[in-house]
Amino acid sequence: MPRKNKKILTKTSRRKVLKYSVAAGAALFTPFVHRSWAETVEINMLSWYGLAEPDMVEEFEAKHNVKFKPKYYAGGDNMLAALSQSPPGTFDIIHTDAEYARILIERGDLIDELNPSDYPFDDMLYDDFTKFPGHWKNSKLYSVITRFGHLGVSYNKDHVTAEEAMSYDVFWNPKLKGKVGHFDWHLPSLGEISLLNGNTNPSPFDISSEAWDKLKQKTLSLKPQVKGFFDYGGTFGSLKNAEIWACVGIGDWVTGVLEKDGAPVGSVVPKEGGIQWTESYSIVSTSKKKDIAKEYIQYSLSPAGQVRSAGMKAYPAFAVTKSGMKALQEQKPTEAKRTGQIPGVANNPITLIKEGRIHYRDIPRQQSLEEWNEFWSEYKNA
Amino acid sequence: MASKLTEKMTWYAGTWRLPNLIWQFLFFVIPLAFLFYLSFWLVKNYRMVPGFDTINWIRMFSKGYFWDAYYITFCLAFLSTGITTLLAFPCAYGLAFKTSISARRWAVFFLIIPFFTSYLVRIYSWQVILAENGVINAALSFLGVGPYIMLNSMFGTMIGYLTLALPLVIILQTLSLSNIDRSLVEASENLGCGPFRTVFTVIIPLAKIGIIIGAVFCFILSFGDFVSPYYLGGSKPPTLSILIIDTTKSGQQWPRAAVVAVSMILTLMIVAFTAVKLAYRKQQ
Repeated sequence: MPRKNKKILTKTSRRKVLKYSVAAGAALFTPFVHRSWAETVEINMLSWYGLAEPDMVEEFEAKHNVKFKPKYYAGGDNMLAALSQSPPGTFDIIHTDAEYARILIERGDLIDELNPSDYPFDDMLYDDFTKFPGHWKNSKLYSVITRFGHLGVSYNKDHVTAEEAMSYDVFWNPKLKGKVGHFDWHLPSLGEISLLNGNTNPSPFDISSEAWDKLKQKTLSLKPQVKGFFDYGGTFGSLKNAEIWACVGIGDWVTGVLEKDGAPVGSVVPKEGGIQWTESYSIVSTSKKKDIAKEYIQYSLSPAGQVRSAGMKAYPAFAVTKSGMKALQEQKPTEAKRTGQIPGVANNPITLIKEGRIHYRDIPRQQSLEEWNEFWSEYKNA
Repeated sequence: MASKLTEKMTWYAGTWRLPNLIWQFLFFVIPLAFLFYLSFWLVKNYRMVPGFDTINWIRMFSKGYFWDAYYITFCLAFLSTGITTLLAFPCAYGLAFKTSISARRWAVFFLIIPFFTSYLVRIYSWQVILAENGVINAALSFLGVGPYIMLNSMFGTMIGYLTLALPLVIILQTLSLSNIDRSLVEASENLGCGPFRTVFTVIIPLAKIGIIIGAVFCFILSFGDFVSPYYLGGSKPPTLSILIIDTTKSGQQWPRAAVVAVSMILTLMIVAFTAVKLAYRKQQ
């Protein structure tokens, strides 16, 4: 009897082993079978933080069976460094500021020439966007504008009035002593103070040595007011917890996120004018996925892509296309109204540009970038 | 026979030391040599070009902001070392002499726990606590005082340095004090020394090496720290580690950043060697 039982048990056990083996094998190999006929394509993106997050790319990823693999940087120089230090073929698409797109183009072999007819230039909100400075060289297109924003006076509404914020002079207001913050990057901060000094023609970044000396003096006079120099997170936190009441060198790209979160902060373009940051996409010359990269740029400029970009969780921006702005007004009317992306309002970004109050952020024209940066270090130590 | 045994022992010891030597050579000596070499490179059109030009050294050393940052970094690290050592000693003394072995183990365990979380996360937590409308000022407002400025100040930077170094220094001092021969302490007391005199004439000299090594660790960590002066000090004034970041932002000037980094390493080496020499002076 025991022997018989043993035999039954052994038989059952073998069957079970076979059954479970087949099941386990199927479970293990199913993903590979699936992948063999529908492999997800990986797109390597070099960009500012947030551009390859789900709120921006999930729709495109699902539709095209691709997956974005981002390498985020902060600041154009870091972008250039990441590019220089990576082997060819590491990145497929680069998202960059316009002034650094110019440098990419100058280097000759980094990014591909693009076909203008692939992109909706006839849908652009403003003529300049069709031939944006720094995106073209010898009438050839290399980089396509996808989003932009304005920098001016960012302030805490509980402590600074909207009228006071309408001039960069507010940063020198005695009540803001020890309450002024700087975004820790020389270009936007010095650009704004350059505007205050009246350097608008041709640009706050194209100034003579005499104007540069005056700019340095004016900037140094602000130091007693300054609480600190912050990166994105630091600026965000300091404004949120009212450590600073006004900030130089930022705009709605920081305060917009806080404002939506209920913080009493805002940004305005003051009477002296504002600085525009402009972001664009380029396709890397060594990429083997240029077609899908091109499709993504086209998607970014589509109404759906523009609405996503305008409401990007990391930092919002303005739409660059007419259809994009129209879609934003229809789908997110509150956000469109908050940011002035509706017709007939004074803070409409295109109206501000047309009025000549906006100047495109640029690298220094008559001084070296290094000279401006060295002064920035001196200023921080002053 | 004896010399053969010594020879064997030398080979045996040498074999065990070899991985450490290889590690130090691969991950300290070679990178340091490369960093030093990099400081002579040039940057042309945003690209680093290998070369041997002293211009980066001359340029950085001729800049007032470099020396300002050097001075402030050294002073902050020195102050941090003094404060940390003074705060750590009573705690370590209590753990070594006034606590049971079991309680000491638990205390050391709790001192290690902060290292389980990222230093950056701990610093961000301090921002919430130290802000003008943060936890401390909110509590003080109930007493009718404040608000006090703590964040984005030198005080904030010091809090960050203490967060980084204090637990480690307490552990090092505790280990050092625990190894003191108790009979020497008892002899001091039997000979009529009061508690303070025993501490200053017996305990501190006997624990000198551990105390100095703890202080050196604190100095090294504070001198090279980027996070506290940036996120709690508001980068005002900037330290050398912040200057490295600023320099790399300036048209990819990694070679000039290398000058700052090499200067920092040389400073730390001088401080560390001097301190170690001081620690072992009497023993020699």
